[in-house]
This record gives sequence, structure tokens and C-alpha cells, in this order.
Amino acid sequence: MDLTLDRIRLAYPDGDGVLVAVDDVTLTVPSGTTTALLGPSGAGKSSLLAVAGAPLDAPDDAAGAPRAARGPRRRARRAADRAAALRRERIGIVFQQPQLVASLTVLEQLELMSHLRGRPAASRRAHALALLDAVGVADRADRRPEHLSGGQRQRVAIARALMNDPQVLLVDEPTSALDHERGVQVVELVVRLARELDAAALLVTHDEATLDPVAARVHLADGRLVEAPAAV
Amino acid sequence: MFLALRDLRHARGRFALMITVVALITFLVAFLAALTAGLGRASTSAVTELPVDRLAFAPPAEGASPTFTESEVTPHQQEAWADVPGVGAAEPLGVATVRASGESTAAVTAFGVRPGSGLVPGTGDGGADVSAGTVVLSRGAADALGADVGDQVGAGPLDLTVAAVADAEADFAHTPVVWVSLDDWQAVGARGDAAAGDAQDGPTATVVALRFGDDPPTADALAATDAELGTVTATPREARSAISSFTAENLSLTLMQVFLLAISALVVGAFFTVWTIQRAGDVAVLRALGASTRYLLRDAIGQAGVVLGVGVGLGTALAAGAGLLAARVMPVVVDVSTTLVPAVVLVALGGLGAVLAVTRVARVDPHAALAAR
Repeated sequence: MDLTLDRIRLAYPDGDGVLVAVDDVTLTVPSGTTTALLGPSGAGKSSLLAVAGAPLDAPDDAAGAPRAARGPRRRARRAADRAAALRRERIGIVFQQPQLVASLTVLEQLELMSHLRGRPAASRRAHALALLDAVGVADRADRRPEHLSGGQRQRVAIARALMNDPQVLLVDEPTSALDHERGVQVVELVVRLARELDAAALLVTHDEATLDPVAARVHLADGRLVEAPAAV
Repeated sequence: MFLALRDLRHARGRFALMITVVALITFLVAFLAALTAGLGRASTSAVTELPVDRLAFAPPAEGASPTFTESEVTPHQQEAWADVPGVGAAEPLGVATVRASGESTAAVTAFGVRPGSGLVPGTGDGGADVSAGTVVLSRGAADALGADVGDQVGAGPLDLTVAAVADAEADFAHTPVVWVSLDDWQAVGARGDAAAGDAQDGPTATVVALRFGDDPPTADALAATDAELGTVTATPREARSAISSFTAENLSLTLMQVFLLAISALVVGAFFTVWTIQRAGDVAVLRALGASTRYLLRDAIGQAGVVLGVGVGLGTALAAGAGLLAARVMPVVVDVSTTLVPAVVLVALGGLGAVLAVTRVARVDPHAALAAR
């Protein structure tokens, strides 16, 4: 399944005005391929990724809404759960920081994904171990995140994102905390796994130096897609 | 519970501390309940264990409640109650606290009854009854006076022979009970005209003990008879409040229990509020990974349930054990009402506090994990 973003616009209230984070972005990522989304900080890359992940659910002010607004709150909560189900079933997300759960071992980080889908946590243990093997941390399966290096944590996060066989893989700045060599390895890993799993991968980064394995690249500036800036 | 149990294991120090706090609060509540029940029994058991359906008091002063201290009923009232349809027996019962001496001296409460009244424990099974010049002791009175069957016990101006030691605990206002004949009671405990001995038809007892027949009088009939005879009837349980020390004592201890229960709900709620705030980052990640609101709530509430269940279980077991040991030297009662009932109330209130705290997981924004805003 391809990932298609069609005329995406995302705006936030900003004082008396409106801050447009993403403006009229149309983008398609074919299945089995990886597209790099480049741009400087504040360009709107993570915002676009958030829209692709569909986690924009209940508005913040719903929490303090008066009693009369209970209907809208409930609707917002249902919408949030629908978005959560979509992420659970079809989308794999790799955050900028690995965001592993401190109380879980490496293997349990992956088994959690099965549990979120209502399956027994150990039901896909072989699949989890195979993924850990694919990302090169199978020998750390019984360790907790605090005992892993930054690169190992990011690899575990990638394996976790792939645990439920996603059709779309969203990867947000996976190399920001890694040195160049490990950054390249992680990007290669994402590209290879997206191809093997036939997933459409959108990779956000501002570090072009790690993107040799990625063929397709788009640039974002001030919330809009732009031509690639000329090399200096 | 996948995450909940692993969180418990991972943060075992924090959860052990919380379980200890819950266990200590449970211990305090349960032990206080046992003490309240024990003190209540030491104050009222002689009344609540009476084999009667109602007690008829003399009317109190305007706006006041009847008390054993002030009530005086006349033979006329007792005989009139005996004639009421549905009343099987109406026995005069005198109640007075006196100083008695056997091998040692102690305050006891003398219950004055007529021979054959059935108001002395054990007499229904052919045990010893009261008669002129004799006294039946409760176990507590026998221990306090150091007296046994055949011994002489001094009570007021009389020397009485111990006819029997009843196989029952009977206490009134924290003093053990002895049973004497109503005639002897006039000498040792009666007040007013009867004590002065100058009234043919004067007060002869404190209350009239009523036993109903097969066809008991209705509430309306009882009220009408009360109005006609100038009495106030109460069940033995209701009559506990006629014992002057009971109401204040019970109210104080019950109030302490209520405060402890409220504190437990607040403590559990506060702990899980802080805990939920601490793990907001993990919750945001879980939501971004696709965890439903129901999944997160079930996990968090399950975790609170484990903490409460283990803490309350430990505290209840501790209180029951301590209560059974303390029962040898203190008035405590260890039964379902002083162990399981406080435990259930604590779990309910603590659970309420925890639920109010953990529902905030439903409001955690998955964008916090994506750092999109």
C-alpha cells in the first residue's frame, strides 16, 4: 500500500493569529520504498509526520470543557481511539528519541505491540526475535533500555515499529543522537526493512549526509514542499 | 496488565513503599474497628444480649432521650404492659452500678430481676436463678471480685451468697454485671421512693423488659401503649444509646475511622496522581504506538488494584492477628465486621481515589511522544 498525503494543511492557534505548520503538501511514497523528508528545524517535517500518523485527535481544550460539551469530548475520544487503531494495525512509528518503555526488556518492547492488538504478548515471540536479529540486537533481548547504547535503542525502536507488519513506516530523525557511521547504518536498515516488508517508509531528517541509501528525497521549508536547495 | 505488572516489578521500591502505607492505614482502620466493637460490647453486651424484644423506659425530660440512669418505672406500668395483647411477658428490670466486694473490690452493675424471669443467662437451661440473699455473677464479675460459687459478696448493705457464675460475658458501661433478686436490688441499687422504702406503689425497676408472644403487637399498637402508659419503648440495640458512655465513645471512635478512610482514599489517589504524571511520557508513547484509551485505563486501574489488594490484604491480616493477641488484655472484637468490612470499604474508597487519578492517562497527548508541537 502506498502512502499518499493529499493537500495537507495543518494550522495551530498562535496568539491572535494562526501558525501554519504545514501548507498544501501533496506527497506519495510507493510501497516498498523509502522517501526522505528533508528540511531545516521548524520546517514542519515532524508536523507532517504527525499528520501521516493520524495522531491529531482530541483538542487540548477538550479536557477542561464544560459539562455541556461532553458530547464533543466523547466524539473526540472516539476519534482518538480510531486514530490509535489505525496506528496499531497499519502504521509503524520510530520516534526522534527511541522512547522505549523503561520497565520492559528489549523482547518485551516488541511483545507489547502484539499485546496492544489484543493478542497474547508471547504469541509472536519468534517474529519478535527474528526482527531483533534483523536489526542486530537479538543478543540483548533480555536487557532493559538502560543497559543499551543509543544506537542499540534506536535499532530496538525500529524493530518495535515493524512488529505488527505495518504498511506504512514513519521514521522521525532516527539519526539525530547517533554518530555518522551509526546514522548511516540505521538509515540503511530502514531502507532494507521497508523493501523487505513492502512498506512505504517516510524518513524525516535534516542530516543529508546519512542519506546515501535513499533514492527519493523531498524538501520542506516553512511548511511547503520546495525544490531541493542548490548545493553550496 | 502486561505493562502494569512489569512496572510493579521494575519500580518495586516505590510500590513496596505504597503497599506498606496502604497496609498500615488498613491496620489502623481494622484495629480501630475491632477496638470500637470491643468497647461497644464492653459497654452494652448485657443489654444487647437480653432475651427480650423491647425495653420500656420511663419518659425522659422534654427533648431528651431515655437513659438507664434516669429511668424509673412503676409496678402499674409493668402490669399494664403485661396485659397488652401480643406481649408474652413483661418483667421489671432494675439496673444500677454499685460497689461490690468479695476477695477484692470492684464496681459492678447489679441487674435486679424476679426469680423465674428468664433474664439471667443460663437459667433457661436449668441453670441457677436468683433468689433472695443470693447473687449470680457474670464471668467478668467473678474474675473482678475473685469470687466463686458459695462465696459471700458484699453489695451495699447486703451480704449475698454466690449462687452461680453464668457462662456468659455480660457488661454494662464497662463494668461486669451481677444478677440479684428485684427485692434485694431495691436495697443495693434502687433510687427514689423505692430506695427510701416508703412507697407501696413506688418505682420498683429501671425498665420493663418485654417479650412478645406469637402474635407481636404492631408498631402502632406499641406507640399507642407508650402514649397511654407514659413509657418509651426501644429494642435492645436501640437501647444502647440509653447507656450514657456509649454514644459519645462510639461516635469518637467511628469518627476516627471515617477520617482514616478518607485519608486512605486521599493517599492512594495522591500516589497514583504522582505516578501517572511520572509515567506520562510512557503513556504518550503507548498512545502514539496505538494503545486505546480502554487499554491504558484497564492497565492503570489493574495496577492500582494490585497495590490496594496486596496492601489491604496485608493490613487486614496484620490487624486480625494483632486483634486476636490483644483480645486477652483489651476489649477488641475480631470478626467479619471488623476485618472484611473495613477491607472492602478501604478497597472501594482507595479504588475511587486511584480511578480519579489514573483517568488522566486518557488525556495524555500522543504528540508528546512525536514532539510534533
